[in-house]
Amino acid sequence: MRVMAQIAMVMNLDKCIGCHTCSVTCKQAWTNRQGTEYVWFNNVETLPGQGYPRRWEDQEKWRGGWERTRSGTLRLRAGSRLKRLGNIFANPELPGIDDYYQPWTYEYKNLIDAPAGDDLPVARPVSSLTGEPLDTIEWGPNWDDNLGGAPRNAPRDPIVEKIRDEVGERIRFEFEQSFMFYLPRVCEHCLNPACVSSCPSGAMYKREEDGIVLVDQDDCRGWRMCVTGCPYKKVYFNHSTGKAEKCTFCFPRIEVGLPTVCSETCVGRMRYLGVMLYDADKVTEAASVEDEHDLYPSQLGCFLDPHDPAVVAAAKASGITHEWIEAARRSPVYDLIATYQVALPLHPEYRTMPMVWYVPPLSPVVEAVAASGHDGEDAGNLFGAIDALRIPVEYLAELLTAGDTVPVEAVLHRMAAMRAYMRRVNLGEERDESIAAAVGLTGPELEDLFRLLAIAKYEDRY
Amino acid sequence: MHKRTRPQPKAPRESGTRTADALVRAGSFFTRAEVSDDLRTVHRTGGRGAEAFYRDRWSHDKVVYSTHGVNCTGSCRWKVYVKDGIITWETQATDYPSVGPDRPEYEPRGCPRGASFSWYSYSPTRVRYPHVRGELLTMYREAKARLNDPVLAWADIQGDPERRRAYQKARGKGGLVRASWEEAVEIVAAAHVHTIKEHGPDRVAGFSPIPAMSMASHAAGARFHSLIGAPMLSFYDWYADLPVASPQVFGDQTDVPESGDWWDAAYLMMWGSNVPVTRTPDAHWMTEARYRGQKVVTVSPDFADNTKFADEWMHPHPGTDGALALAMGHVILKEFFVERQTPFFTDYVRTYTDLPFLVSLKETDEGLVPHKFVTAADLGEDTENARWKTVLIDDVTGEPTVPNGTLGHRWGSTPEWNLDLGEVVPRLTLLGSGESAEVVLPRFEGTSEDAPGVMRRGVPVRRIGGRPVTTVYDLMLAQYGVGRAGLPGDWPTSYEDAASPGTPGWQESITSVPAAQVARVAREFAETAEKSGGRCMILMGAGTNHWFHSETIYRAFLALLTLTGCQGRNGGGWGHYVGQEKCRPVTGWATLASASDWTRPPRHMIGAGWFYLHTDQWRYDTLPTEALASPLGDGRFEGMTGADCLAASARMGWMPSYPTFDRNPLELGEAEDPVRYVVDELKAGRLGFAGEDPDAPRNWPRVLNVWRANLLGSSSKGNEYFLKHLLGTHSNLPDDGPRCAPRDVAWRPEDVEGKLDLLLSMDFRMTSTTLLSDVVLPAATWYEKHDLSSTDMHPFLHAFTPAVDPPWQARSDYDAFRALAERFGELAGEHLGVRRDVVATALQHDTPGGEMAQPGGIALDWSKGECEPVPGRTMYNLTVVERDYGAVGEKFAALGPLVDELGVTTKAVTYDVAEEVAYLGEKNGRVRAGVAAGRPRLDTAQHACEAILSLSGTSNGRLATQGFETLERRTGQPMAHLAAEAEGKRITFADTQARPVPVITSPEWSGSESGGRRYTAFTVNTEHLKPWHTLTGRQHFFLDHDWIHEVGEALPVYKPPLDMHRLYGEPELGATDGKQVAVRYLTPHNKWAIHSQYQDNLYMMTLGRGGQTIWMSPRDADAIGVADNDWIEAVNRNGVVTARAIVSHKMPAGTVYMNHAQERTVGVPKTEKTGRRGGIHNSLTRIMLKPTHLVGGYAQLTWAFNYLGPTGNQRDEVTVIRRRDQEVQY
Repeated sequence: MRVMAQIAMVMNLDKCIGCHTCSVTCKQAWTNRQGTEYVWFNNVETLPGQGYPRRWEDQEKWRGGWERTRSGTLRLRAGSRLKRLGNIFANPELPGIDDYYQPWTYEYKNLIDAPAGDDLPVARPVSSLTGEPLDTIEWGPNWDDNLGGAPRNAPRDPIVEKIRDEVGERIRFEFEQSFMFYLPRVCEHCLNPACVSSCPSGAMYKREEDGIVLVDQDDCRGWRMCVTGCPYKKVYFNHSTGKAEKCTFCFPRIEVGLPTVCSETCVGRMRYLGVMLYDADKVTEAASVEDEHDLYPSQLGCFLDPHDPAVVAAAKASGITHEWIEAARRSPVYDLIATYQVALPLHPEYRTMPMVWYVPPLSPVVEAVAASGHDGEDAGNLFGAIDALRIPVEYLAELLTAGDTVPVEAVLHRMAAMRAYMRRVNLGEERDESIAAAVGLTGPELEDLFRLLAIAKYEDRY
Repeated sequence: MHKRTRPQPKAPRESGTRTADALVRAGSFFTRAEVSDDLRTVHRTGGRGAEAFYRDRWSHDKVVYSTHGVNCTGSCRWKVYVKDGIITWETQATDYPSVGPDRPEYEPRGCPRGASFSWYSYSPTRVRYPHVRGELLTMYREAKARLNDPVLAWADIQGDPERRRAYQKARGKGGLVRASWEEAVEIVAAAHVHTIKEHGPDRVAGFSPIPAMSMASHAAGARFHSLIGAPMLSFYDWYADLPVASPQVFGDQTDVPESGDWWDAAYLMMWGSNVPVTRTPDAHWMTEARYRGQKVVTVSPDFADNTKFADEWMHPHPGTDGALALAMGHVILKEFFVERQTPFFTDYVRTYTDLPFLVSLKETDEGLVPHKFVTAADLGEDTENARWKTVLIDDVTGEPTVPNGTLGHRWGSTPEWNLDLGEVVPRLTLLGSGESAEVVLPRFEGTSEDAPGVMRRGVPVRRIGGRPVTTVYDLMLAQYGVGRAGLPGDWPTSYEDAASPGTPGWQESITSVPAAQVARVAREFAETAEKSGGRCMILMGAGTNHWFHSETIYRAFLALLTLTGCQGRNGGGWGHYVGQEKCRPVTGWATLASASDWTRPPRHMIGAGWFYLHTDQWRYDTLPTEALASPLGDGRFEGMTGADCLAASARMGWMPSYPTFDRNPLELGEAEDPVRYVVDELKAGRLGFAGEDPDAPRNWPRVLNVWRANLLGSSSKGNEYFLKHLLGTHSNLPDDGPRCAPRDVAWRPEDVEGKLDLLLSMDFRMTSTTLLSDVVLPAATWYEKHDLSSTDMHPFLHAFTPAVDPPWQARSDYDAFRALAERFGELAGEHLGVRRDVVATALQHDTPGGEMAQPGGIALDWSKGECEPVPGRTMYNLTVVERDYGAVGEKFAALGPLVDELGVTTKAVTYDVAEEVAYLGEKNGRVRAGVAAGRPRLDTAQHACEAILSLSGTSNGRLATQGFETLERRTGQPMAHLAAEAEGKRITFADTQARPVPVITSPEWSGSESGGRRYTAFTVNTEHLKPWHTLTGRQHFFLDHDWIHEVGEALPVYKPPLDMHRLYGEPELGATDGKQVAVRYLTPHNKWAIHSQYQDNLYMMTLGRGGQTIWMSPRDADAIGVADNDWIEAVNRNGVVTARAIVSHKMPAGTVYMNHAQERTVGVPKTEKTGRRGGIHNSLTRIMLKPTHLVGGYAQLTWAFNYLGPTGNQRDEVTVIRRRDQEVQY
């Protein structure tokens, strides 16, 4: 056992209101500079939709992340290091600016300076890269927002394409069948970061002490292999400095005990930050399991229980301080990922062992149950209804568990049980332990989960 | 974060053999990194000097706490970061006081729009200097050089129609030029002096909305207007955010739960309120409360953002929500009142509602109709205020009795204004009294020409004075179609009965929502209310409140809550979250804003009335008012138009009207007895009301000052009419539209263009309003000034604090108005001097004279010989006010002596503030000389903030306690304990700067925060038996004013959206020829802007689609060959909009959304239709006045500023959409 510590994040998609405050505070703090106009270290996507950059999940095209060879080892999907070196001057799997979007601004000064004329002055849109007029803006970093353009664009959501045959008519872009949810995304600060391995200059690294993945701004030579290597498309190229840049997990804040900007400014109060201890010796093996469905459990298996005396001893032996071990013990992220197992990794099949996890959204339940003629308020029925959710479980599974619906359903059951259990408490009725037992928890555990997800005080989120 | 990160050094290792791997390995040697065994990752500890780049980026010199003065009700506290004297960015503060260990907190509050605000500080659209319209400036300089006097110079220009029209026509077409502050202020001051002298002070108007979003900035300008006698225009009703149902039902403007109380709800309906978008910082309370088992229901015609969180989604056709609510009421009345009694509900409605009160029935040609509340006078009692004491049957004695708490008690001499029923048990129904009768009730659903119709249903009756009477409860059952054995009439046969109004089946035929779902939701709602003790809440929003008939929708909502005992409960009741931003320290703010420390009364005007007349929208309003009448009405609107109703309302003293008379009120003040003179002149027909001939030049408004607002890029419903008639510049209005034919109001065949001599605006960014203004003053942003902020959504007061000084030549609104007041005084001393001004004010709510002016709500028009004109009874109050115009500057900057003499008053509670005045004298310093010698200084915004806090109960425990003691004397009920815990607490401005401060429970509002409790409305009423400010002292289901009967709205009733095809000749909905399609045109709030604010902000434009957009359903788009992002044009009789289509299946067919207030300043091309710049969302709308919004002088139906008035509703509108040329020109 080789214990390492990492700062990890959990986002509760069930609480995300899709407001994009995180995106704006992040952009204001980090990327409102020349060269990064199109860069959003943090962005929020409406799903189903194509995302930013467009269809980033289409690894057939972008070839990000890792793949498992027949011999059971991992290699970068984009090809061997040698192949990467061969393509160093013409990387074929790099999103172009139109895959992100052509950043624009307006001729604002006209509003003030317009000479006397014959019509109301206006600020015309222009490209902020070329200054040329952009009379019709064609695409943006959030074009899919709230299902805008979905009938045309969402069928090309790579997940929709993938599960189309399976779910058939259950995903139709029609009024009565509408569903959506939001996916805020930052760098995953992976345990097995494909970007780091892709870098021919050795300019990318994962910080030993907290696992934050960074680009060395001095060493980066602008090859952009990391942009391809990252399957989440969360490394960007600064066209002004000629260097790669990415989400830093706000390390200058983390280092002084502040949460990341995106976390602290999340008005949905849905982000959690905390320390995870993991066994560095297990990572390669965990990322190399054959069946993609095993990737979520295998990553879960890398995490170490900070309450286990053996782990504590090993952590100390690895040089992890008492304070970090204490932090790991009080980590809300650990509780959500490991204790209650309500958080799941984003696209584990990329085999990067991502460290930003998500609680899946619990879309309307009672309506679905009631529509089937049952009493929607009955806790027993809630479980039966999970299949009838507006958001198809298969969609969530493709996003969070490499297509395995079982863990997603388990999470949704736990969330539904919490609501049913707490409703009785809310109405002053007797606590019903059977509701908790049905999802493998006790009443007090459900109440703890409730405190963590609902009450979610500042000091309990970070 | 729990812990600080500490580097843990590790030795590097070696592995791999191939070339590239070797390179990586080599790199790792150079950089002291650890490469994993399989080269999959690199850990690095040393050699990380490059991390300094991001550390430097994060560093800053200071953090200042401020907020955003935008009309969003957020009142969020932000940390503003400053580096090298430059504002860099902002993040939300998290230092809100805790609301307790067992619930979530308010931190962090904010939204993406607020997060992008600092972009404005140095943006290229920042207004850096004063600007004046070039043509005007040239004329002014020439005239001043010639005449050597600013006022005469202004008069010279205005006296020349050619020059005047020349600069008016140049409005909004560029050509603004820089001027100095001194010159710009001089021009503005001269315009004011001239206007007052030539036309009268009521020919100037001020528009600045929502005081709570920056109280001192608002008060500064309002104070200037009040000192010179100029009206301030109301905004809450103008925005159509005022729910007229609130004064009707509660006798209160609006009072709602803070968002933290959503957490307490066991059942939450979001009805036309898209919380994640419009209440972004508060939405988490809803998402989190679900985990307590709160059930969430959304009602929205589209798949709105909040539907993502909902257990049930009901999507009625737009504007039919009232039918859905009535059907829910039907189920609740049937299952919880008639089939079984629910004591929790019946006890509540007996005590807190008008349901047990008696209503007389009137014989008409059609049959018996509900008429008026039975009063003590009807019983033959000759007691004090007998016509204002309503009657119910005591179940104990079986006799009619007057319970405590009615309006007659409120203004009586004994402390019986309370809801203590004593031994009386109100009888809800007269069933069993032996007699019954059939009543005729109006119905309005159905779109054919022969509708509306009537329905006949039975009620039990008894006789008083020989006349049949019944209870409001019995009438409600009849109205809702809940039959009982033995009653005559036509009743529904089942829930599915679609033919009989009130049933779930009937509503399904109107709304499309399945009857079974409605019945289920209604049942769950009531069951939850019963189980939880009234913890069902409905958040209701603009989606249901901006309709012509919104109050009918709202009354049907409120009925659900009131029937189930949910009002006045934590976790229960109505959450009307539409522009309701609460100025918590209201008394202090109002004192400063209305300058009531120097003169009373101020002129306050109904915004929608003002704009309707002065933008000449009335001329185009061809809707005959009688088209709105009930088939059971008396025909009292025969021949009338909207303008006639407005004029009648002015004559009868109901709604204010400025300009009031067709003469300068200063001229009227020259009479020996001006009040008597005015009455005599009116009676003799020699003096007219300005509103009876609004297009006469002597009746035009001449100056409009706009600050903290973008009137012409946002709220100007009927935008093109503003441009053409008020401003006199180009518009996209067709020339040939039909015109109305008024009955009483003077008709002039020629259209008038260019009424305003001066449009002044203050802003920090260029908007439609600034572009159209004659003078633009550069305002400080919210990070550059001192001010105060509060909201309904949380219970805290907090401050604006400048992070930097205003850059360039920007000034705070406070400093700008102070400069204007001083310069005005200098010029006015000579040109105006001391004058007497005859101020006509409407009959006023919360005053005995106003509320008891017109008994029975009987509308009598003295001009038709129906009564005598008696000021304060059958017509306006008339007050002679002395104005020392030369002293305006001095008075502006000091707290005047009237507060010592008369105290300060809110909701009829007057506070003695002698101690506060003394305190402010010490705290702010005193003026040394002049008319304000010895008075506390108000020369800075900080001093104004200090005064606001000091003079309000919510921020001064001494006053709160004093106010409750006053109420104790009136009600005989103990209440002072509510504020006792804070009696010694005085919140200072410095406190609000340091941290958000919870307010003190005060009689200024109707709920309690005592003991750290979450605020919700009306708990003082339900728990301390203080009556509501209504006729019965209870919440009203029944309204008996003549004009309300005339439109058939005495009871909650369903009224469909206006049929714009039938009434205004627009195409029928759905009509398409393959090139264009007629659709309902709705303007819900925008995700990427707060009204027009942020609509030009690069971040928000980038996250949206970068310009004006219209959301369409695939079906409508397909009908005209439109694909996502295609350019389209929306055209109707009011104007044209050019935008890109967002095609989405989240939209229902037949309806488009153009999100509210998408400005035309950014990315808006010329239209294909006119070749001119495209309009804003309000270019397709127009004001339509509803006569029932104009009533007054009767109990809760009595005017107060922003409390009651005609709404600028805009949601019934339709438009055609067509695909346009895809090559656009800017």
